[in-house]
Amino acid sequence: MVDRTIAFVRTEDVPAMPPPPNAAGPVKWLKDNLFATPANSVLTILAILAIYMILTGTVPWMLNGIWEAPSLAACREVLNGASGACFAVLAERWNQLLFGFQYPADLYWRPGLAFLLLFLAAAPVLFFDLPRKLLLFTALYPFIAYWLIWGGSIFGPLLALVGIVAGALFYQRFVKSSFALGFFGAIATALIVWTLGGYIIPDGEIAEGAMRSVQSRDLGGFMLNMMLGVTCVSLSLPIGIALALGRQSSMPIIKYICVIFIEFIRGVPLITLLFVANVMLGYFFPPGSGVDLFLRVVIMITMFSAAYIAEVIRGGLAALPKGQYEAADSLGLDYAQAMRLIILPQALKISIPGIVNVAVGLFKDTTLVSVISMFDLVGMIRGPILASVEWQGVYWELFGFAALLFFIVCYGISQYSQWLERRLATDHR
Amino acid sequence: MKKTAFYGALAVAGLAASTASAATLDDVKARGVLNCGVTTGLVGFASPDANGVWNGFDVGVCRAVAAAVLGDSDAVEFVPTTGKTRFTALASGEIDMLARNTTWTFSRDVDLKFEFVGINYYDGQGFMVPRDLGVASAKDLDGATVCIQTGTTTELNLADFFRANGISYEPVPVETNAEAQVQYVAGACDVYTTDASGLAATRASFETPGDHVLLPEIISKEPLGPLVRHGDNDWGDIVRWSLNALIAAEELGVTSANIEELGAAPTGNPEINRLLGTEGELGAMLGLDADWAKNAIAAGGNYGELFEKNVGENTPIGLARGLNAQWTDGGLLYAPPFR
Repeated sequence: MVDRTIAFVRTEDVPAMPPPPNAAGPVKWLKDNLFATPANSVLTILAILAIYMILTGTVPWMLNGIWEAPSLAACREVLNGASGACFAVLAERWNQLLFGFQYPADLYWRPGLAFLLLFLAAAPVLFFDLPRKLLLFTALYPFIAYWLIWGGSIFGPLLALVGIVAGALFYQRFVKSSFALGFFGAIATALIVWTLGGYIIPDGEIAEGAMRSVQSRDLGGFMLNMMLGVTCVSLSLPIGIALALGRQSSMPIIKYICVIFIEFIRGVPLITLLFVANVMLGYFFPPGSGVDLFLRVVIMITMFSAAYIAEVIRGGLAALPKGQYEAADSLGLDYAQAMRLIILPQALKISIPGIVNVAVGLFKDTTLVSVISMFDLVGMIRGPILASVEWQGVYWELFGFAALLFFIVCYGISQYSQWLERRLATDHR
Repeated sequence: MKKTAFYGALAVAGLAASTASAATLDDVKARGVLNCGVTTGLVGFASPDANGVWNGFDVGVCRAVAAAVLGDSDAVEFVPTTGKTRFTALASGEIDMLARNTTWTFSRDVDLKFEFVGINYYDGQGFMVPRDLGVASAKDLDGATVCIQTGTTTELNLADFFRANGISYEPVPVETNAEAQVQYVAGACDVYTTDASGLAATRASFETPGDHVLLPEIISKEPLGPLVRHGDNDWGDIVRWSLNALIAAEELGVTSANIEELGAAPTGNPEINRLLGTEGELGAMLGLDADWAKNAIAAGGNYGELFEKNVGENTPIGLARGLNAQWTDGGLLYAPPFR
């Protein structure tokens, strides 16, 4: 008889063994991601080597940085031959880098406040979940910002506002009977209000006090880049949409005006337009009068980016199936309604990446104004700061700082656009 | 399209207005401020400091003219211009005078319709080499690589010099002085050539200036001076004689330290008396006050004082007077007599 008793019966589960060390955890991650194939391994090692070399160069240089010194020579004395940055130039010229060298120092709070209010004004436009009533502040913001940055009498911006409100009221009243009457009548109304108001209100210059006037040529630094960037992007978007629609118009005159404008502007480098704004218009206007240089530059940059945005939006319009246009027509919508309710919302959504591309490019292009002797951030660095006896020869610190500021803004714009695309993703792909 | 018509109309109006405009002197007096074109920044010649106050050798000329005309050396609006915008700024009337280390050449004087009123700095193209190279003369530079700014007269001067001496070189084109500085320090070229004042300023910014030498050869003439528009000779005279007053003051020993004393009452030297307005009617002939030159000199000192303060041997730039010494000291500065 064979004893058939079972020697051992496990009554509970074997505890799970940890996976072998090379199949889990960091080792597996490394193996999968960094050393999957021989070629992959070689590239990984080369990349690590490159990163190591860059870091060993820059990290001690940054950590050794001198933040307090009156000049580059003093920095070098402190460093005594060791590698190290001379960030003291940023500390000493901080205000010049941000505001230019001519903006009155006791008035820095004014552009600072305008900058903070910009976020408040931009928020309801950028994030449409916010209460719509905030848009009222957005509408007022250009006038507030103008008053804060340029100073002077409040009557000037107030008059501009009143003129626009009067025009808008006229438009609302008469647009029902005829669009042309409403549109051109509104422009005429605004012009009449401005002209009459010009005689009534006192001269806008204020020489003393907290709200004293600042001339356009005294603006500078990163402030100038921000002002140009924000103004030109917000102006060129509506103009670009109008141009894109105009180019598709069936009315030949409007169509060809738009086509010629777009093709001409796109065929000319921005720097040429800036020279025209600065140099050629200087010949046309009588000495001492003429249009403000800042305004001339805004007009030129806006025209430039509007032409590009128009083409981006035309791409969006072309991407829509013809059925959408026909659907709008079959619903009995007129042109304005069809565009506003059906075509543009879809076309603009498609165009977002392209528009953001133009906006980022435009913002960086604002540094070109340094060639027409406006002291934006780069102009400040290349001109006054590098030409001072104390700081000539400091390059990496200054241009690194400029790059950092521009990166922050441009990265912010691109992150926002990605959020917007996700938020508007209503299709099922 | 509407815009074009608008600009066209304005242009016509502008041309009409500019031909009818009054004399520059009246404009400046009415405005109370002299609009003076300067560089956007050149070490030692013009640059704003940390407080935004303009300083430099060219700036000193602007301040002297402002002091002569308006009696206030701070009544200057400095209009920064680039190499590309400077002439149009002057021609269009945006600025009253240009003091922006501009070389006096035939075509600028005649063809561009400007009037150079004098020379405030005699510059010339020079060479800088590392001391290790062991070169004592530019004629030993056969086969050297040379950093040179493109599109400038320095490029042409360099080619002429090397061809005339029958030696060869290899150009390393650079765009700006800053770029040249970086290239030269990195060893991308053996030699850097530009105006001698610029070389000295560049050398001053190096970590060890002593490791680099400026060669003795100066291969071009670069007379730098202030200029005004054609067509208003009265204004040109004022700027010309303000500059001459600074130069004559040094020759006559009038400095910012002793000018109050010398200008208070007639001295034994009649030329000083005429210069400082205690004798004669020179100021009235220019349409200015009798103490115009006294104000101009008091603004920043005489020519020698301006030189020493901004670019002279005690500054980091460390330029020697050289050609810019008085004619009595073997230089080229020679102010016509004040009588």
